Amino acid sequence: MDLTFSEEQDELRKVVRSFLARHATEADVRRLAADPSGYDPAVWRRMATEIGLQGLAVPEKYGGSGFGHVDLGVVFEETGRALLCAPYFATVALAAETLLRCDDERARTDLLPGIASGETVATLALTEENGRWDEVGVHLTAHEEAGGWRLTGVKTYVFDGHLADLLLVAARTPSGVSLFAVEAEAPGLARTPLPTLDQTRKQARVEFTNTPARLLGPEGAAWPALERTLATASVLLAAEQVGGAAAALDAAVEYAKIREQYGRPIGSFQGIKHKCADMLVEIESARSAAYGGLWALDAGDEAEIAISAALAQAFCSEAFTKVAGDNIQVHGGIGFTWEHPAHLYLKRAKSSEVLLGTPSYHRELLAARLGI
Amino acid sequence: MELDFGPAVRGFRDELRDWLAEHLVGEFAEHRGVGGPTDGAAWEVRLAWDRELAAGNWLGVGWPQEYGGRGLGLLEEIVFEYEYARVNAPYRATGNALDLLGPMLLKMGSEAQRKRFLPPILSVEELWGQGFSEPGAGSDLASVRTRAERAGGGGTSFEDASVEGASRPTGVENGDEWVVNGQKVWTSFGVHADWLYVLTRTDPDSRRHKGLTMLLVPADQPGVEIRPIRNLAGQDEFAEVFLSDARTDADMVVGEVGQGWRTAMATLGIERGTTLLPQQLTFEREAEALIGLARERGALDDPMLRRRIVDAWISVRIMRTTNLRTIAELTAGRAPGPQATTAKLYASTRHQQLGHLAMELAGPAGQIVGEDYGLDTRQRSFLLSLAETIYGGSSEIQRNIIGEQLLGLPKAPRP
Ligand SMILES: Cc1cc2nc3c(=O)[nH]c(=O)nc-3n(C[C@H](O)[C@H](O)[C@H](O)COP(=O)(O)OP(=O)(O)OC[C@H]3O[C@@H](n4cnc5c(N)ncnc54)[C@H](O)[C@@H]3O)c2cc1C
Ligand SMILES: Cc1cc2nc3c(=O)[nH]c(=O)nc-3n(C[C@H](O)[C@H](O)[C@H](O)COP(=O)(O)OP(=O)(O)OC[C@H]3O[C@@H](n4cnc5c(N)ncnc54)[C@H](O)[C@@H]3O)c2cc1C
Repeated sequence: MDLTFSEEQDELRKVVRSFLARHATEADVRRLAADPSGYDPAVWRRMATEIGLQGLAVPEKYGGSGFGHVDLGVVFEETGRALLCAPYFATVALAAETLLRCDDERARTDLLPGIASGETVATLALTEENGRWDEVGVHLTAHEEAGGWRLTGVKTYVFDGHLADLLLVAARTPSGVSLFAVEAEAPGLARTPLPTLDQTRKQARVEFTNTPARLLGPEGAAWPALERTLATASVLLAAEQVGGAAAALDAAVEYAKIREQYGRPIGSFQGIKHKCADMLVEIESARSAAYGGLWALDAGDEAEIAISAALAQAFCSEAFTKVAGDNIQVHGGIGFTWEHPAHLYLKRAKSSEVLLGTPSYHRELLAARLGI
Repeated sequence: MELDFGPAVRGFRDELRDWLAEHLVGEFAEHRGVGGPTDGAAWEVRLAWDRELAAGNWLGVGWPQEYGGRGLGLLEEIVFEYEYARVNAPYRATGNALDLLGPMLLKMGSEAQRKRFLPPILSVEELWGQGFSEPGAGSDLASVRTRAERAGGGGTSFEDASVEGASRPTGVENGDEWVVNGQKVWTSFGVHADWLYVLTRTDPDSRRHKGLTMLLVPADQPGVEIRPIRNLAGQDEFAEVFLSDARTDADMVVGEVGQGWRTAMATLGIERGTTLLPQQLTFEREAEALIGLARERGALDDPMLRRRIVDAWISVRIMRTTNLRTIAELTAGRAPGPQATTAKLYASTRHQQLGHLAMELAGPAGQIVGEDYGLDTRQRSFLLSLAETIYGGSSEIQRNIIGEQLLGLPKAPRP
C-alpha cells in the first residue's frame, strides 16, 4: 500500500513548481488572461521540451514518458497553484485521456505523439447549449457520406476550442454516441471565442456545418470511453483545485501575518486565525479526496475510480470556492480589487466548480454509483 | 473495506483473524461495537474481553516483549487496530492505559517504572485514570494547581511494595514520598482506576509550564476520593478526584521533577496521532447504518436528505483516506503531514453532523429511550459525539494549534 508520494514525485513537484515560478508569474497570468488566445506558445513548447509535461502520462510507445496519474496529479496541483494559462487541461486531461480510452489503436498512434511533443493543442468538444456532461446531452449529429463522416451542429463551452489544432467531438449517429476527430482547418468549422468570467481558462463555441470528421473507434459505442475519460479528468481537475486552494491559503496567511489592525497582526485575532485553520482543514480534506482518486487511477480499480472521481469533484470544487472566498475576506478591501490576485483564484474556483458538471451533479453520480 | 498491508504482515494478520474468529463469540460477540473512548457501556463484559485479549497476548502488540508485549512494529500495530475494528470487537476498557499511559512510560518512564507498571496493564490487572484536567485548568492545562510536596519519613519504594503484592506505600521507613493535594476532574473511567497519572505543581512559586511534575498515584488510599460524574448520556463514565494528603513514593515521578509539562505533552501527541483509525471504521459503520435506515424510511427520495446522506458518506471516506495518508507516511518513516493534525477537527465535526442526520432519520421513534434512560447505539453515539470536539484538545484549541504551529500565524499577546 503506497498512499504517499515517492521521492521522485516530490522531485517532479519541485521541478514543475520552479518552472512555473519562472514562466507563469502573476504578470504572465494577467497578460494571458487579457489576451484572447490565452496562452504563450513559447512556454507551451518549453513545457514539452524541457520537462515533457504534455506527454508525462502518455505511454512511451505513443511518444510520451509513461508516468502514472499520481505523477500527473502532482503536475495539475502545481498548474492550479500557479493559475497557469495554457490549454493544458484541455489537451492532457481531456483530449489525451480520450484517445487513450477510445477503442482505436490507429488514432492513438496517429494523434498522441503530436500531443506528447507539444506540437498539437487538442481538446474535447462534448457539451452543447444544454451544458450537460452526460450521454443524453449529446445532440450534434454525424452522418456518413461517400467521402466519409460529416458533422453538423453546435458544441459550446469547449475549453480552448478556439485555438485547438485537434478537436475530439462527441456526436450522435444512428447507433448512439460516437467519437470523431476534426482538424482545425476542416471546412465548415466556425469557432468563436466566448469571453469568460474566469479569464485564465478560455472557452469557445464551435459550429460544424457538414464538417468532415474521422470516426474514432466503433460507431455508436463511444460513451463508456468518454465517461471513463471524464472520471479521470474529474480527478485531475480536483488536483488542480487543491493546488489553487493551497495558493489562496498561502496568500491569506502571508497577509494575515503582516497586516496590522488594532495594533497587532490580524492573524493573531482568532476570527482570522481560526478561519485560516478551517481553510487548511478544508484543503487537507480536499487533498484526501483528490489523492484518493489519483491512487485509484493508478491502481486501476474501475469501481473505485468511478466512486472516487465523483467524490473528488463533489468535494474539491466546493472546497476551492470556499477557500478562495475566505482569502478575499481575510484581505478586506484590498482583496476586493481588480489589482489584487485574490479574485483570480475565486473566478478560477467558480468556473472549475461547473467545469465538468456541478457539485450537485457529481453527488448524484456518486449516489448512483454507490447504489444509494 | 479490505486493506492489505503487504506480505510481511500477512502471517500476523491471518493469525489475528483466526484468533478473533475463535474468541469473539458468545457474550463478546453480542457486544460487538459496544463502547468507545468515553463510553462506559457494558463495562464488565468489555473488561472480560480485554482479559481474553490479554490471555491471547494481543494487548501491547508494539510493546517490548520484556514488558509482556509482542515487540512488533508500527505496521503490525496498525494491522491489529484495523482488523480489530473490522470485526467490530468491543471497545477496549483498558484503552486509556494502552493508548496513553503505556506509551508515555515507554517514552519517558524509568526502567523500574516500566517493569513495575507495564505488565499489569497488559494483563488487565491494573486500570488507570488520567488526572490532568482540573476545575480551573481545562484547555489551559498549564494552569494546574494540584500541589505535590516532598515529605520525609514515610513510604517505601514500590519494588518492595510489589514484592508484597501491595502497590501503595505502606508507611515504612526507607525514603520519603510525595504528598498531593488538589482536585482533578473529568477523569475518564475514574471510578475503575487503580492508579492515576497526575499532573501536579511541585514548585509552588512556579508559573504555567514550569515547575510541573507527573506523578503516578495509587487510587486505593485514604487520601484519594473518586466520585463519579454522570455525563449527558446518563452514564457515570467520568469522575472527579479529590486528593487530600494523597501519598505516593518518591520514585513515582515520570520524567524529571519540574519537567511534567514535557511528559504531559508526550502523551497528548500520542493521543492525537494514533487513535483515529478504529474510530473511523466505527464512523464508516454508522454511515452504512444511516444509509440503510434512510432506505428503509424512503428518505433517499427526498433530495435534501439525499444530499446530506451523500455528504455523510463523503466525509467518512475522506477520513479514511486522510488516515491512510498518515499511516503511509508513518510506515515510510516520514514525518506525518498537516493532515495528521487537521484530521481530528474534521472527524469530530463531521461525526457530529452524521449523528444529527441519523437522529433526524430515526424520526419520533428515535426520541424514545429504554428503561433507566437506556439508549440505543444511535442515540448513544450521537450524544457522546458532543464530547469529541471537547476532549483531547477542543476544536477551538485545535484551530489555535493549526493556525500557530502549522501556518505560523502569530500568537495573541498575553494579557
Ligand atoms: C466595496 C467597498 C466599498 C467601500 N466604501 C467605503 C467608503 O465609502 N468609505 C470608507 O471610508 N470606506 C469604504 N470601504 C472600506 C471598508 O470600510 C473597509 O474595507 C473595512 O473597514 C475593512 O478594512 P480593511 O479593508 O482595511 O481590512 P482590514 O481591517 O485590514 O481587515 C482585514 C481582515 O481582518 C479582519 N479583522 C480586522 N480586525 C479584526 C479583529 N479585531 N478581529 C477579527 N478580525 C479582524 C477583517 O474582518 C478582515 O477580514 C469600502 C470597502 C469596500 C470593499
Ligand atoms: C468525555 C470527556 C472525557 C474526558 N476525560 C478526561 C480524562 O480522562 N482526563 C482528563 O484529565 N481530562 C479529561 N477530560 C477533560 C478535557 O480534557 C477538557 O474538558 C478539555 O481540556 C476542555 O477543558 P474544559 O472542559 O475545562 O473547558 P474550557 O477549557 O473551560 O473551555 C470551554 C470552552 O472555551 C473554549 N476555549 C478555551 N480556551 C480557549 C481559547 N484560548 N480560545 C478559544 N476558545 C477557548 C473551549 O474550546 C471550550 O469551547 C474529558 C472531557 C470529556 C468531555
